[in-house]
Amino acid sequence: MGDVELIGDEEVEVVATLNGKPLKRRAKARQHLADFLRQELELTGTHLGCEHGICGACTVLIDGRTARGCLTLTAQISGKSVETIEGLSDNGRLAELQQEFIARNAAQCGFCSSGMLLTAYELVQGGEKLSRSEIREHISGNMCRCTGYHAIVDAIEAVLAKGLR
Amino acid sequence: MASPAASTTGIGARIPRRELKRLLAGHGRYIDDIRLSRMLHAYFVRSPHPHAKLVSIDVQRASRAPGVAGVLTAVEINPRCEPFVGVALHRAGHRSAPQRLFAAERAVWQGQPAAIVLADSRAEAEDAAELVEIEWQPLPVVADQFQAIAPGAPVIHHGMPDNLAFDFTLEQGEPAKAFAEADVVIEEELRFERQMAMTLEPRGLIADFNPSDGSLTVIHAHQSPFQMQEIFANYLGIPEHKVRVVAPDIGGGFGLKLNVHCDEIATVVASVIFGRPVKFCVDRLESFVSDAQARDHRIKCRIGCKRTGEITAMEIDDIGAVGAYGMPMRFNVAEGMMAVVMTGAPYLFNSYKARTRSVYVNKNLIGMYRGVGMPLACIVGELLTDLAAHELGIDTVEFKRRNYRPKSTLPCVTPGGQRLETVSFHECLERLVGLMDYDKLRREQRELRERGIHRGIGIGTFCEQTAYGPPYYGPSGAAISTQDGCTLRLEPSGSVRCLTSLTDQGQGTLTAVAQIVAETLGIPVDDVSVAGNDSAISTYGGGAWASRGTAVGGEAALRASTILKENILSLASAITQTPADELSLANGQVINSKTGLSVISLAEVGRIGYFRQDTLPKDFDVQLSVNASFVANDKPYYMANGVQASYVEVDTDTGFIRLLGQWAVDDCGRVVNPLLVDEQVRGGTVQGIGAVLFEECIYSEDANLLNGTMADYLVPMAYEMPDIVVSHVETPETSTRLGAKGIGEAGLIGAMGAVWVAVNDALRPLGARITHQPFTPERVLDALARAKLR
Amino acid sequence: MKARNFRYVRPASLQEAYRMLAEAGGEAVPIAGGQSLLAGLNMRLSSPKVLVDIGNLAELTGQSYADGMVRLGALTRHRDLLSSAIVRAHLPLLAEAAPHIGHIAIRNRGTIGGSLAYADPAAELPACAVALGATLVLGSAKGERQVKAEDFFKGLFETDLRAGELIVEVKFPEVPTGTSTGFAELSRRHGDFALVGVAALAILRAGDIESARIVYFGCVDRARVAVSVSAALSGVAVPLEDASPYAAAIRNDVKPDDTPGLRADTKLHMATVLTRRVLNSMVE
Ligand SMILES: Cc1cc2nc3c(=O)[nH]c(=O)nc-3n(C[C@H](O)[C@H](O)[C@H](O)COP(=O)(O)OP(=O)(O)OC[C@H]3O[C@@H](n4cnc5c(N)ncnc54)[C@H](O)[C@@H]3O)c2cc1C
Ligand code: FES
Ligand code: FES
Repeated sequence: MGDVELIGDEEVEVVATLNGKPLKRRAKARQHLADFLRQELELTGTHLGCEHGICGACTVLIDGRTARGCLTLTAQISGKSVETIEGLSDNGRLAELQQEFIARNAAQCGFCSSGMLLTAYELVQGGEKLSRSEIREHISGNMCRCTGYHAIVDAIEAVLAKGLR
Repeated sequence: MASPAASTTGIGARIPRRELKRLLAGHGRYIDDIRLSRMLHAYFVRSPHPHAKLVSIDVQRASRAPGVAGVLTAVEINPRCEPFVGVALHRAGHRSAPQRLFAAERAVWQGQPAAIVLADSRAEAEDAAELVEIEWQPLPVVADQFQAIAPGAPVIHHGMPDNLAFDFTLEQGEPAKAFAEADVVIEEELRFERQMAMTLEPRGLIADFNPSDGSLTVIHAHQSPFQMQEIFANYLGIPEHKVRVVAPDIGGGFGLKLNVHCDEIATVVASVIFGRPVKFCVDRLESFVSDAQARDHRIKCRIGCKRTGEITAMEIDDIGAVGAYGMPMRFNVAEGMMAVVMTGAPYLFNSYKARTRSVYVNKNLIGMYRGVGMPLACIVGELLTDLAAHELGIDTVEFKRRNYRPKSTLPCVTPGGQRLETVSFHECLERLVGLMDYDKLRREQRELRERGIHRGIGIGTFCEQTAYGPPYYGPSGAAISTQDGCTLRLEPSGSVRCLTSLTDQGQGTLTAVAQIVAETLGIPVDDVSVAGNDSAISTYGGGAWASRGTAVGGEAALRASTILKENILSLASAITQTPADELSLANGQVINSKTGLSVISLAEVGRIGYFRQDTLPKDFDVQLSVNASFVANDKPYYMANGVQASYVEVDTDTGFIRLLGQWAVDDCGRVVNPLLVDEQVRGGTVQGIGAVLFEECIYSEDANLLNGTMADYLVPMAYEMPDIVVSHVETPETSTRLGAKGIGEAGLIGAMGAVWVAVNDALRPLGARITHQPFTPERVLDALARAKLR
Repeated sequence: MKARNFRYVRPASLQEAYRMLAEAGGEAVPIAGGQSLLAGLNMRLSSPKVLVDIGNLAELTGQSYADGMVRLGALTRHRDLLSSAIVRAHLPLLAEAAPHIGHIAIRNRGTIGGSLAYADPAAELPACAVALGATLVLGSAKGERQVKAEDFFKGLFETDLRAGELIVEVKFPEVPTGTSTGFAELSRRHGDFALVGVAALAILRAGDIESARIVYFGCVDRARVAVSVSAALSGVAVPLEDASPYAAAIRNDVKPDDTPGLRADTKLHMATVLTRRVLNSMVE
């Protein structure tokens, strides 16, 4: 391996679980997970707002926990379980979040929403009672340029309150 | 029109935005989600220098890199597009050098494109771009406005006498005398750094030129497809009817996606040259060096008052650095102009003096961004009046009560030339004072000051020019339509299709249009489908900008649905042999107004109207597709207004500022859907807070951008933002049937004024004043240190 | 932007990782959580030829406590610092620092080994490791060696790591009873890297600081003990009314530079304020 010659795109094999189904693909070594989902699998619900880890638009779940799709190599998901907005939509707590987001207009352009919903999903899975400030802290890595965050916090609060009942 | 409260799905109803279910399921289709066959990906090689001579450019190696279809430079690109001269014809003396798409001999801003690489994938285009060899020879730089106008400054554009783009002055009353007679004169110098619109989704487009029929389709994340249709047609020489611009779902606009960016036009040129679709999606790093930016103003301002509290005069002298060229179509003198014409608009005073200058510097072009110059006007007016009130020993709210323009003086024209008709300053203020419990907060503030805790209360009053009309844009010479249109079609099943010239980047205007149509036609809102965003198929119109969608496009929808209603009733009358004036529409039925009973369903009207015309009288003319356009020929804008308050705490040891509370009251006329309006206001408010506290493009003294990543350019995130209480006063616009004005920029404008005043209120007992935005911890500490020296 | 091309390899064991790193002869870089590395690759700031994914090596995981020593595997995630009972019980300083590291999604992936190896002068963990007197266990095909945290950080993003070497684990001596720890930082927004931060250990007796060990981050070029300040504080009564008498000592230790939007003198001022605040917080 001493002198590494790099011509064309290096490839790697990825064996993982994606949205509950087995995934076996060859992927470009340099392609981050968000691009792999978007370009190779046409799962375009995962968005890109910065590609350097700040905005959270690319958020997916890896083994149940939020991760930046732009700061994860596709190859790194081998052996892991990945969930995206497409896989989680319309079910369980994510569906509750979607309903509350819609009812409160907690999204405008919707570009941040996949990431915001998955980040919120991780929080409501915990099921703890949280203050608005704690909710804000949890979503502090997800930028929304359209809303004032207020309705998003309201929506998450509403879902948390349901869970406590 | 039914009273707003009466309707659960029509006008005034809090119904969720109709696109949200799709968007929240990850099923949006944004520009980068779209892929066409044979599509190439573009990446631009840009000038790394703010000002440099392009000595040589060699694209040989890049052209041979894997996956590359071609690399084009100014030689191929520039001749294909007429130069842009971003000059507003009605602004006397306004001038700009012609702007070509690519730097040819010289680059005049850091980020100006010099070459475009086209490849099978974006990654390969970026790989190849590293192989483009350019020799640049840096030249002396004009970095800021004062440098630009200093004697002997290098002149950026050859052929221009100096760097001045525009110089405008205005004088009303007798300012010199009024200042001389004032008992108190307060003077300040304010500074606003450059910032960005920073939509979460960066700019992007796919240009698809078809060489066989010479037609061009551009899928463009743009707020105004019609504007771009006109540009592609006229500047690239393609017959206008062969150009189609379609906007996909858009991840935020805020004015950024209204500008004319030369890399976007060059993408279209590349598609014409290659005869293949070309996608260009700006990534975040590129957005920092290529997006039109905003602000960058230095303002001197003063106010004169009598002991008794009345304002005798105001004065503002603004100088804005607008980048290297005039912005095509949208003219970057607008910020300065709005600042000077709107300063003090809510207040009674007669003598006014104003000047604004725009100057060229070696930086990105300034373009449209939410609020344009209106926040500057709000800040100048609110800071000066707050300082004056305090100097006079009058509580700031009391000062406003005395000095706001009362309803009794309306309509009126302000010294800045603003026509006010249906504004409601006092009502908004009283609502605000109640909402925030002003007196209690003042007490709390006093008590805490004694314990060394420095809190401040700020109020930001503003006017907002919304929904510009032809008197505003027409004389500029720009082909920007201020009308909007609506086409409606009754479907045979009794539901309705609506096609609007509007676009929607999240504002919810398409939902508002559906509500207006549903209410007028007496059908559930779910029975109306609305499409927009397409320059080829809808009535000609403006799109989304300047808070216009509901006010103008909504009015067009109201007019179209009124026509359709008449046509439906006349058809129903012919079918049922009932006089049309005895019929009305409700619940999807044609109703006999006398009995309240259904005479025929809309579905039956549709069935007969489309399939059984044979049962109608011989020359009965069935028209179930109708069209209406609307513009107010004589109105430059609909003036909205509002007031916001901020409650802040300043940590005087560290200079950190914390927002404790924010309240917003606005009057945008009739509110078609408060649910959508509320979060729109809050979103604007957060952008306004971001502008005052965080956002800044930091440049070195020689105009190199130092913070071009999202880790370093700080946007407001959830944790630092306060809860925001929103309330509406509704004073309908009287010249339209709908009565709506705009709301899109209100949140930002009012918040900026409120936060500026609140922070200064907190610093007041320490003798410090901060006037350099954003209010970073360092600037707060510096202000405190200066106060100690005094 | 998209990363430049590279090769990706995933060793099945630590020994294989060492071998892969050795074979690539300086052209290979380990990747753990990827939360710093990938941002740099996406921006084309660096271009390693081979990435060796150490993120799944069981040998690098786990937290344990024995004989007054906490051992954290290099792959301990930032989030583990918050959930681990061992960390909470024996290293409250780390538990206090962890919530300040980025945001939840970053903490879910980022590792202590990655943070120490990256040696960002504004990062929390290098400062805490130095303050706590940690020792790093470094391994390579040639074997293991141990380096004290205070000797590990050599400069801006520079460490004592040699080519082909990995951080295997970090050993933290338990904080003795009677020693308190304190932590404070100023960052513009929650989760941002600190403008200025302080990690502190101190023995407090009868309202006096008997001895202190102060480490700054954010305003320094690397994590190291602020010797002058630590010395100057001994014997000082707390709570402190004002830390400005120690400003000279602080300047001596931190020697900050101007950075965009923040001058060196402002950083010094902030460091002085935080020094007071952190010491006073330890008294309470
Ligand atoms: C938005 C954002 C905010 C952040 N905020 C903060 C913050 O406030 N404070 C903070 O401290 N950090 C912050 N980080 C960085 C984060 O903590 C990283 O996780 C950490 O710096 C690196 O850990 P990693 O496991 O991700 O390492 P990687 O990114 O995988 O690697 C980083 C470097 O360390 C090397 N490396 C990794 N593991 C080892 C090992 N075991 N032995 C030898 N070398 C190794 C790699 O080769 C690489 O050079 C932030 C990151 C992001 C994206
Ligand atoms: S795109 Fe991944 S964090 Fe912004
Ligand atoms: S809804 Fe547009 S960014 Fe959040």
